Amino acid sequence: MTATDNSGQIFRDSAADLGHSAKWWTARTFIYAMLALWAFISLFPIYWTITTSFKMAPDVMQGRLVPWVDFTPKWLGWKSLGLSPETIGQGNTVRDEFLRRFANSVVISVTSSVLAVALGSLAAYGLSRFSYKFLWMRNADISFFFLSQLILPPVVLALPMLVLYKQLDLLDTRVGLIALYTLSVLPIVVWIMRDQFAGIPTELEEAAMVDGQSVWGAFLTIVLPIALPGMVAALILSLVLTWNEYFFAALLTSTYANTLPVMVASQTGSQGISWWSMAALSFAAILPLVVIGIFLERFIIKGMAAGAVK
Amino acid sequence: MSEGDLLHVVTTDNIGPGRITFGRAIVWGSVGLMAVVAVLQTLQSLGTSDFGFASWRPTLYAYILFAVCLCWAQVLVKGEHGKRILFVLPAALFVISLVVFPLLFGLVIAFSSWNLSSPDGRQFNGFDNLVQMWHDPFYWNALTNMVWYVLAILPEYVVAFALALMLNTEIRARKFFRVAFLMPLMLSPVAVSWMIGKSMMETRFGPLATLARHLGWDNPSFFGTGWMAKLTIMGMDAWTFIPFMMIMILAGLQAIPKELQEAAKVDGASPWRAFWEVTFPLMLPVSITAVLIRLIFKLKLADIIISVTSGGPGGATDSVTSFIFREYRDRSNVGYGTLLAMVYLVIIIIVMTVLMKFADRWMKSRY
Repeated sequence: MTATDNSGQIFRDSAADLGHSAKWWTARTFIYAMLALWAFISLFPIYWTITTSFKMAPDVMQGRLVPWVDFTPKWLGWKSLGLSPETIGQGNTVRDEFLRRFANSVVISVTSSVLAVALGSLAAYGLSRFSYKFLWMRNADISFFFLSQLILPPVVLALPMLVLYKQLDLLDTRVGLIALYTLSVLPIVVWIMRDQFAGIPTELEEAAMVDGQSVWGAFLTIVLPIALPGMVAALILSLVLTWNEYFFAALLTSTYANTLPVMVASQTGSQGISWWSMAALSFAAILPLVVIGIFLERFIIKGMAAGAVK
Repeated sequence: MSEGDLLHVVTTDNIGPGRITFGRAIVWGSVGLMAVVAVLQTLQSLGTSDFGFASWRPTLYAYILFAVCLCWAQVLVKGEHGKRILFVLPAALFVISLVVFPLLFGLVIAFSSWNLSSPDGRQFNGFDNLVQMWHDPFYWNALTNMVWYVLAILPEYVVAFALALMLNTEIRARKFFRVAFLMPLMLSPVAVSWMIGKSMMETRFGPLATLARHLGWDNPSFFGTGWMAKLTIMGMDAWTFIPFMMIMILAGLQAIPKELQEAAKVDGASPWRAFWEVTFPLMLPVSITAVLIRLIFKLKLADIIISVTSGGPGGATDSVTSFIFREYRDRSNVGYGTLLAMVYLVIIIIVMTVLMKFADRWMKSRY
């Protein structure tokens, strides 16, 4: 569809078509300009955070923007986090704390996402293949029961959960957060996976069962491999949501099970703002997701598009 | 929600009476165990006797054991059919135990005065909380703010649609633009609120403030007045969530058969008319889904507000969630906070039910 170089073509455009192409070019330029503008809006805050983490106080105050041109990058922000080249070998309490929070975030988000994908996929498969009846609820009602959890705002569960967790000695534990996070992403997983399974023809399982497979055997050996991309999409979407979750983490953890967002949020007030270290911390907190976003973008898009198009 | 293509399996089970008895036995046995543990713990918490429990965890373990036994018994008692139930049962049990129980418990808390920092403990106080809520200007203020925040979805939708339309044209470097546009969604709202709200909007040297000065705003203060602060919060929230709607709409656009748009072109429709009479109506179902889901996320809005403005200035940016969060953080007022949350839930359920009814009708009337 590119109309850039047509000198080598046998059929040239007529003058009228070239006039049309001038209009086409303005539209093209406009679209690219808008796209570039929005890409700039989307990426500038990330750029700003990276560069600020390498600035000294005067560079921040004077609003310098471009490293090496405007200012010389220094490891100041990363030094305070204990992650700069000089400090990486030494012991550092801030870094230890950071790494502990990081480990918490990783363990909690990965475990709850895997759990949610496992539970959610099973439920979605069951609902897309068999007919259930529980009291008055049939398949559609059970599906709705799962999906309706999406509407439930976290604040409704937060305080009862706080009191319950206190009784159960689950406050400030990873297990407590994992359970809640699993719950919060489960409806999304069910939504995505129901769509995935609905797209797989039942003849596949029927054939497997004729060959002597059980229901679960057919599910595990035939259906699961086909639905794997959908599961990865659901997993990554869950990872993003659980990694970024702040509300429950802020309410239910205090010392041991803090996640990264809580650490980032707790830094802001204290003793004036040291912009460079805040920037370094923020960037370290968003870096894993930035990497996921760049390399696994198609899975995220697949996951989010799953429900949109029936 | 259609039932779809169901799998029909006919199997003959050969389940002996011993197996059924065993299945029933483990279910009732675990129920019994749970009841015994719960009764013992209740006795201890009432102070009648001490069994040395440190927390309510034994009851939790007994409950988990019961849940496992219940799943196992399905297979034991019902055989092949039980194996099918096993697909849905774990998830259902999980959701019920983490939502239904706390909600019922929450209802009890909502009608009691309970300050976690006071030694009195929970006291039932009937409708006092409701009366207090009725006279609480800050709660109503937070609810009104939510209406504004929700209305902000419409401009977000317009921007998202425009971006999706542009991404759907024949462009180069589409992958780069998609990744770039997706980025804001990946970032944690707390980091975003620091990066943008605190750093880039810093009045003296933040790049956004500098830009505002160049554009002729002498003294840029993004959180100075109530409306400005509200708009800024809306802007930051929009920044994170526009990619979400954009992707859903883009998926919808790509699912439209190209022939339809080409037919409109051949018939001599201008791009503008082709959009309004072909693309937009076709996109209506997807749009409604995207907006509804965005609405659900919008109703949970809190992180940015908590970490940037804490509801200020003067409650102008408070969302319901951030208000309740502070109600708990500052006053440890669990009872009142829970009631506010419950009322919010009721409002949400009513609004969503009405909206979904309308959405259903809209989607059907056109097709």
